Amino acid sequence: MNSSNSVVLAIGTKKGLWLAQSEDRQHWRVSEPHFFMQEIPSIAIDTRQGCRLMVGVRSEHWGPTVAHSDDLGSTWTEPEEGAIRFAATDDAALERVWQLQPGGAHEPGVVWAGCEPISVWKSTDGGEHFELNRGLWDHPHRSEWGAGFGGAAVHTVLPPTENSERVLVAMSTGGVYRSEDGGTSWQPRNQGISAYFMPDPQPEFGQCVHKIARDAGTASTLYAQNHHGVYRSEDNGDHWGSIADGLPADFGFVMLTHPRRAGTAWVIPIKADGERIPPEGKLAVHRTDDGGSSWKRLDQGLPQFEYNVVLRDAAAVDDAETVGVYFGTRGGSVYASADEGESFSEVLSHLPDVLCVRAAVVQV
Amino acid sequence: MPTVVIPSVLRQYTLEQAELRLPDRSAMTLASIFDQLAEDFPAFNRKVRDETGALRRFVNVYLDGEESRRLNGLESEVRAGAEVLIIQSVAGG
Repeated sequence: MNSSNSVVLAIGTKKGLWLAQSEDRQHWRVSEPHFFMQEIPSIAIDTRQGCRLMVGVRSEHWGPTVAHSDDLGSTWTEPEEGAIRFAATDDAALERVWQLQPGGAHEPGVVWAGCEPISVWKSTDGGEHFELNRGLWDHPHRSEWGAGFGGAAVHTVLPPTENSERVLVAMSTGGVYRSEDGGTSWQPRNQGISAYFMPDPQPEFGQCVHKIARDAGTASTLYAQNHHGVYRSEDNGDHWGSIADGLPADFGFVMLTHPRRAGTAWVIPIKADGERIPPEGKLAVHRTDDGGSSWKRLDQGLPQFEYNVVLRDAAAVDDAETVGVYFGTRGGSVYASADEGESFSEVLSHLPDVLCVRAAVVQV
Repeated sequence: MPTVVIPSVLRQYTLEQAELRLPDRSAMTLASIFDQLAEDFPAFNRKVRDETGALRRFVNVYLDGEESRRLNGLESEVRAGAEVLIIQSVAGG
């Protein structure tokens, strides 16, 4: 990283957003809370053109919305008409924006959102206005989708890569759905993913997939953290095979992939589902560098007495030359690694529950 | 003309006005009053009502001192000169 680069770390919690900034990813300057006493379930840092922060905000009283900032949080704009809003004819009300995902570098301005109730939205103006995806909203499976512990929501969106119109989403519960036509139509893609809690443990849909991520090297290779089970697909989700061997537990919420290197992914195993704690109360990240064939435990700098979990979007990587890995816990601690997880240091502690974390290199 | 009293936390959405006086119309209801307000202050309306038009769960609207959910909800009739208060629920202790 050259001297004019900085990493912004955005931390969304149950009671507001904190922004931290660092040049060396060891020492951090931390902001006052933004949107204080409001829940921040989603964050995006869009660096395709400048730097735009987007946040899903939710007040228990005044409802959910999306706000954006083009000056690293100095000022925020909430569109007057509301960035994400159902039409009166939909007979539905937005509950939470769980995912804000900028599209690829080839389509600046495109931002996808995953929401509760289960819905996908697309913006073409940088996240200021979103349109409901009718293909998923009107899907015949809708009446059978259930609510996961975190609410019935699309929580993961993988936008199309260049030269593709393929979008994938993961939802609780329903599992993975894929569109080959930019979102016009959707099909479930869960073969191989277990749903042990259902009468048919291998259903076409209904899985409780917690997070999916795309491999950096091959767009058709995906990784999934399921409610029990860690999986890889090498055919865009048509088939999933287990890669949980070598992990201390196969439950968890986090799935991260390296922005550039094929075969590298990170998970944070949790013992569950009745306990939901790091195995033996020792917090650790696990990284694979061979597509899940083997896993390396990474716990240097992490507490070996920790009983809080890391939620599905409470972890992120940056895009620096040596990738940084970041996560926050429900106990309000935030950790950063400047070396792909080899060692961690604490950025902040005693925050409210951390719901989401995002990081990016920005020009300052 | 009915008066809608705006709580301080929502005045950022009504150009900092603390009271809004609305012109009298025939057959006014709370819903029609919020519909009128939505024309000038859509963000304010979104804070009080969701997309289905329902009052948000933890927002209470008092019509002449009576909580609207004990009346006819947003279909409660509003007389000329009525006072409409918006108060957020207080939880915990």
